[in-house]
Amino acid sequence: MFDKILIANRGEIACRVIKTARKMGIKTVAVYSEADRNALHVEMADEAVHIGPAPANQSYIVIDKVMAAIRESGAQAVHPGYGFLSENAKFAEALEAEGVAFIGPPVKAIEAMGDKITSKKIAAEAGVSTVPGYMGLIGDAEEAAKISTQIGYPVMIKASAGGGGKGMRIAWSDEEAREGFQSSKNEAASSFGDDRIFIEKFVTQPRHIEIQVLCDAHGNGVYLGERECSIQRRNQKVVEEAPSPFLDEATRKAMGEQAVALAQAVGYTSAGTVEFIVDGEKNFFFLEMNTRLQVEHPVTELITGIDLVEQMIRIANGEPLSITQEDVRLTGWAIENRLYAEDPYRGFLPSIGRLTRYRPPEEITTPEVVVRNDTGVFEGGEISMYYDPMIAKLCTWAPTRAEAIEAMRVALDRFEVDGIGHNLPFLSAVMDHPKFVSGDITTAFIAEEFPEGFVGVDLPEEELRRISAACAAMNRVAEIRRTRISGRLDNHERRVGTLWNVALQGMSNDLEIEADRDGATVRFEDGTVHRVSGDWTPGDQLAEMLVDGAPLVMKVGKVSGGFRIRCRGADLKVHVRTPRQAELARLMPEKVGPDTSRLLLCPMPGLIVKIDVEVGQEVQEGQALCTVEAMKMENILRAEKKAVVAKVNAGPGDSLAVDDVIMEFE
Amino acid sequence: MKQILQELERRRETAKMGGGARRIDAQHGKGKLTARERVELLLDEDSFEEFDMFVAHRCTDFGMQEQRPYGDGVVTGWGTINGRMVYVFSQDFTVFGGSLSETHAQKICKIMDMAMQNGAPLIGINDSGGARIQEGVASLAGYADVFQRNIMASGVIPQISVIMGPCAGGAVYSPAMTDFIFMVKETSYMFVTGPDVVKTVTNEQVTAEELGGASTHTRKSSVADGAFENDVEALAEVRRLVDFLPLNNREKPPVRPFFDAPDRVEPSLDTLIPQNANSPYDMKELILKVADESDFYEIQEDFAKNIITGFIRLEGRTVGVVANQPMVLAGCLDIDSSRKAARFVRFCDAFEIPILTFVDVPGFLPGTGQEYGGVIKHGAKLLFAYGEATVPKVTVITRKAYGGAYDVMASKHLRGDFNYAWPTAEIAVMGAKGAVEILYRSELGDAEKIAARTKDYEDRFANPFVAAERGFIDEVIMPHSTRRRAARAFASLRGKKLNNPWKKHDNIPL
Repeated sequence: MFDKILIANRGEIACRVIKTARKMGIKTVAVYSEADRNALHVEMADEAVHIGPAPANQSYIVIDKVMAAIRESGAQAVHPGYGFLSENAKFAEALEAEGVAFIGPPVKAIEAMGDKITSKKIAAEAGVSTVPGYMGLIGDAEEAAKISTQIGYPVMIKASAGGGGKGMRIAWSDEEAREGFQSSKNEAASSFGDDRIFIEKFVTQPRHIEIQVLCDAHGNGVYLGERECSIQRRNQKVVEEAPSPFLDEATRKAMGEQAVALAQAVGYTSAGTVEFIVDGEKNFFFLEMNTRLQVEHPVTELITGIDLVEQMIRIANGEPLSITQEDVRLTGWAIENRLYAEDPYRGFLPSIGRLTRYRPPEEITTPEVVVRNDTGVFEGGEISMYYDPMIAKLCTWAPTRAEAIEAMRVALDRFEVDGIGHNLPFLSAVMDHPKFVSGDITTAFIAEEFPEGFVGVDLPEEELRRISAACAAMNRVAEIRRTRISGRLDNHERRVGTLWNVALQGMSNDLEIEADRDGATVRFEDGTVHRVSGDWTPGDQLAEMLVDGAPLVMKVGKVSGGFRIRCRGADLKVHVRTPRQAELARLMPEKVGPDTSRLLLCPMPGLIVKIDVEVGQEVQEGQALCTVEAMKMENILRAEKKAVVAKVNAGPGDSLAVDDVIMEFE
Repeated sequence: MKQILQELERRRETAKMGGGARRIDAQHGKGKLTARERVELLLDEDSFEEFDMFVAHRCTDFGMQEQRPYGDGVVTGWGTINGRMVYVFSQDFTVFGGSLSETHAQKICKIMDMAMQNGAPLIGINDSGGARIQEGVASLAGYADVFQRNIMASGVIPQISVIMGPCAGGAVYSPAMTDFIFMVKETSYMFVTGPDVVKTVTNEQVTAEELGGASTHTRKSSVADGAFENDVEALAEVRRLVDFLPLNNREKPPVRPFFDAPDRVEPSLDTLIPQNANSPYDMKELILKVADESDFYEIQEDFAKNIITGFIRLEGRTVGVVANQPMVLAGCLDIDSSRKAARFVRFCDAFEIPILTFVDVPGFLPGTGQEYGGVIKHGAKLLFAYGEATVPKVTVITRKAYGGAYDVMASKHLRGDFNYAWPTAEIAVMGAKGAVEILYRSELGDAEKIAARTKDYEDRFANPFVAAERGFIDEVIMPHSTRRRAARAFASLRGKKLNNPWKKHDNIPL
């Protein structure tokens, strides 16, 4: 076995690989850019080598720099993680030339599968059904539009070297095809240094289901079941699960066997993933093969009990697979939620900054439930603009899908993140969405169910009542503490009453609270009673309460005369007042915020790349107004409605902050 | 007998109706509460004891003898806030527009005298059209009687003004001399002369809101210390503030049970200071992570944001915090920030509230605007305030402490009790670049040499150890242990006794 391996990556995946290496008694070497000097993966590794400035194209994806780090540290093997150099054949070649083991597939397999056009040809030859599309390279936007028309809209425009949603666009018209071609090409050039683009038919009602395979260098190959990755936003996966609620045993077997056959056809070794698109009739089409460890691999690990990183290391070390297909048993259900530093209230735009608070839920492993959090950040760490905005992968496992979802809901409620915008509320909303719960999902789930983007969550009345009861009990604790201040007028102290009014999300309830040694009984006006207990004390930012025996976990913040409660995706102002205070509060006018409907505000910190309109121009709904680049993604801001541009306050090259006014309308 | 008792009830009911149902509805229609409703929300339930409910004016001019409502436009008395005594007056806009008459003033003076005598804070709720014109000079005399008491009470009992309607003309000077002024957004305004007079005299067109609304006074003039959304929120927040304040200058600040370990460590503070010395960071994060339960009551949040002032608790005891804010103007001192912090420090010192200072200050803001505006004397206010303060003073230098601003910010030399520095602290006359340009003027043409000189200077001075060698820094501490260190420091200072020499009063550069 290797004595020392280098991890040519950063963030959660570097930390993930280090954990397994440690378990196997292998020393680890981290590499880091200027921006990652204090990163978690550097802290966790036995050694760390600095490889350059913050931008990945000057550090993590510069082969020479990584090779120098390998020489300097004397590492015998390299795990590339995902992204960066993980599917770069030149890197694998460079390693081979220096006699360093690549913890991944052989160069030839990377080359064969790494290019989406070649890989489709090979798959077709191997008898795997593929999606109709144009395999050649496309020269310009006009050609893109022409080819798209031939294939028939809708079409998918993809970067040949792409992945993770970067350099991908769906087009429904010639105009969109031209526009998508250009932005895909730009993104591909800046992200992968390869701007080749191809186009294929976009399958409707599609599910994204992928098969995990493991192959050794001795001709053995197994498939470890599937992962359902249909919950995607702009082709970026958000929620994954294993197994898929859609597949039956026969389809699973057919897909698995084809996946292994395809892998073996290209001499594949190590862990790999064959992605399929599956339509409503369970027809599956080969999409691409990822010749690396996938982001969402933990769900497979949770239902198979197999450590994929360990398998990859052993295979790279020349060991034969110790498992056969018969040994692979899928047990229970696992769900992964990806925590992104993206603000769901601002169209999921990237958010950067300091993590002033970062407290993931406790990781647990019991026969009933597993909570696992793969992360690369820590409280006090910095989310920089240079890398992928994914900061953690929260996974739960339970014997059934329903239990795994419920475990995830509670785990999300326990997850505390502050300082940056993040998608935790959105994830909670997905976990509570009836369609998700039923398993009836397609890759269009987010676009169809959240057509206006994420606008917050309205909780059902029963949930609001539970929160009201809990807040009344918490408020009582806080009020009693207030009365224990020094300097009181003896014998004339304030007595905290039993009648309170709790107002939240447009609902207001008078209630009576009676406390005893173990908690409190809260009686609503209509006679319903809730029993509340919990050990919350003032200042606790997480309240672990029990309401009628069921857990209610809430993030607690400060609001004048009450609490800010975040739970189940909702962000509530909860006012707890005496009946008289509530009566007087009702006399207060509702105040409306300033009107921003005539302004185009910069939704994220970023750089203006292009302004598409000029003063006096009339714009139509959906028309592109300008392009803002942030986190290497080009975001086109569009007109929400028909309007006339009155003023343009920014120009190309301007670096803007959140809510800076880009332009004004008449 | 029963009839006699009923007569009292009847009179009380009349008094409680103030200016009558129609005017009460009008008050509510403006989004405002009545004087009595405000008192109810300010004080503990059923704790209000009223004085002078039946006082009526004695004016006989302009037909005033025809209308002599009970209370004369102001509700006065005492009650408790979380069981601690406070005195309160609340002007009743429904009675003669809350205008101040001789008797109205006498009612206020009565409870001010009692508040002074019995050692309890005074809270004034202002909602008044101004002087009772019908009473002429008697009304003006009434104002002056209140002013004189505000002055005498200053530094003896905390005085809080809540502006909940108009407050114009001479009336503004009573709140102006109290310790804190809070306003309600969109329903309150304060000015010496109103928009009409302004237009006549200077030809400026301005609305009452623009001239003296909450936004103006919290952001531009710094007359007000805070602004709230509505009456309910304002009064709830005044209650919260009172919980931080001592009842008078003979008593220690209050202590409250707390649910936060004094030795709580915050590992995330070790990465608060950015790698790049010129990058800002949010000092409020440090304050919130040091405070008990992250509870911070900020004073003048919207004015001179380059310095932060407010109250926290450590081990349940009130501590005043002053902190440079690197996010705004790099945290430098200037006229506004010096004035803001000086007033806060003097309040704390007057009422025995210990002071915790967080320092990251690159110096004083340069420029003609500052010099012409008198930054010399204004900056001296903060220096003076820190130097004269005899309360426990604990200072933590997180990063820059340059030049004269280092001296000003509660340095050891100004009788600081505990002067801590983080390892990231740089205590020097100025930053490396500036220093090298002065010290090695002749080498300025040679970039290489200058770079070497800059590095030398940084190695020598860009750290806390030069100051620590001299004892100007008592201890270099780990950022993550700041809460524990500060809590222990203040705990050790609970018995502190320090007196300034006898004087009639000092002569702070006003």
